[in-house]
Amino acid sequence: MATKILIVDDSKLARMSVSKLLSELRPGWVRLEAANADEAVKQTDQEHPDIILLDFNMPGQSGLELAAQLHETHPDIPVAIVSANIQVEIVERAALAGATFIAKPLTGPALAEFLTAAEAKVAAR
Amino acid sequence: MIAPESLALDALEIDALTELVNVGVSRAASSLRTMIGSEVLLSVPAVEMMTYERAATLIGEREAGELIAVHQSFQGDISGGAMLIFPETNSLELVRAIAGGALPLDDIIALEKEALAETGNIILNGCLATIANMLQQTLNVSLPEIIYGSGSDIFSRSPISVTDSAVLFLYINFSVRHRDIHGYIAMLMDLPSLTALKALIGKMIERATVESTSNHATH
Repeated sequence: MATKILIVDDSKLARMSVSKLLSELRPGWVRLEAANADEAVKQTDQEHPDIILLDFNMPGQSGLELAAQLHETHPDIPVAIVSANIQVEIVERAALAGATFIAKPLTGPALAEFLTAAEAKVAAR
Repeated sequence: MIAPESLALDALEIDALTELVNVGVSRAASSLRTMIGSEVLLSVPAVEMMTYERAATLIGEREAGELIAVHQSFQGDISGGAMLIFPETNSLELVRAIAGGALPLDDIIALEKEALAETGNIILNGCLATIANMLQQTLNVSLPEIIYGSGSDIFSRSPISVTDSAVLFLYINFSVRHRDIHGYIAMLMDLPSLTALKALIGKMIERATVESTSNHATH
């Protein structure tokens, strides 16, 4: 079955941009999108994504809060926080929430590195 | 309203501009954090194009007292001014945050202008450089200038002629953890620059969204 990845970002452009990179890096994957934390939780419960990419700075619940919540409810899903906010506190909180931190603007090599590690984690489940 | 309809941005262009600003300010906040050693908290940005009078009113409604703005001009395909604006009452606290708490008040007062200029330089340059990179542009940025006054004073005293400029008002509230410091960022641009900005945003959207037909990396 094709790997499912959920992209969570309040910016449509950011979602489109990540989706484009994914179409190049992992053309066979199913790409799901959510514009906020509530939609992301709903999609996670209904569609059971294998991997999740979260924007940090979103209206309502932030990506970090959502990552912590997902870490509780779905500890098997590899999660990355994608943010231009590279302050040490944010990177540390991402790690505490069990997520990988990736700097924005997202580049192909940085995303590919996370995807490879996430694939290995998914395969080991 | 000064911006003609041809300059109106559609939903995806506003989204792109907001994302551009979000990335720029987040990077700049990370630099400021390094400088002051405390976490810088950012709100979700709101971006709106408006006249400078409206921008002055908006700030005036939120901030009752005098303001300080650090202004830097930028030049390139898009030209204008970028401003970091905060309440004057925050300025000594900001200097304390940068210089450390042990300095005597006289030294803090003596350092005030320099510290404000340096903070503005880091935030505005960081923000402008990120935006320029994402738009694949080069912008030359001037040295910072400090402007004191009310909301309308800081716009009318800007070296950029405000009468024929629109303000790209980036409302992003930043604050410093455990410190009473917050502020806003605004950009002023004239109509030719706004036209150029709209075109550059269009190109950025194209780069970010057009599916590449070759060079598929397989794994």
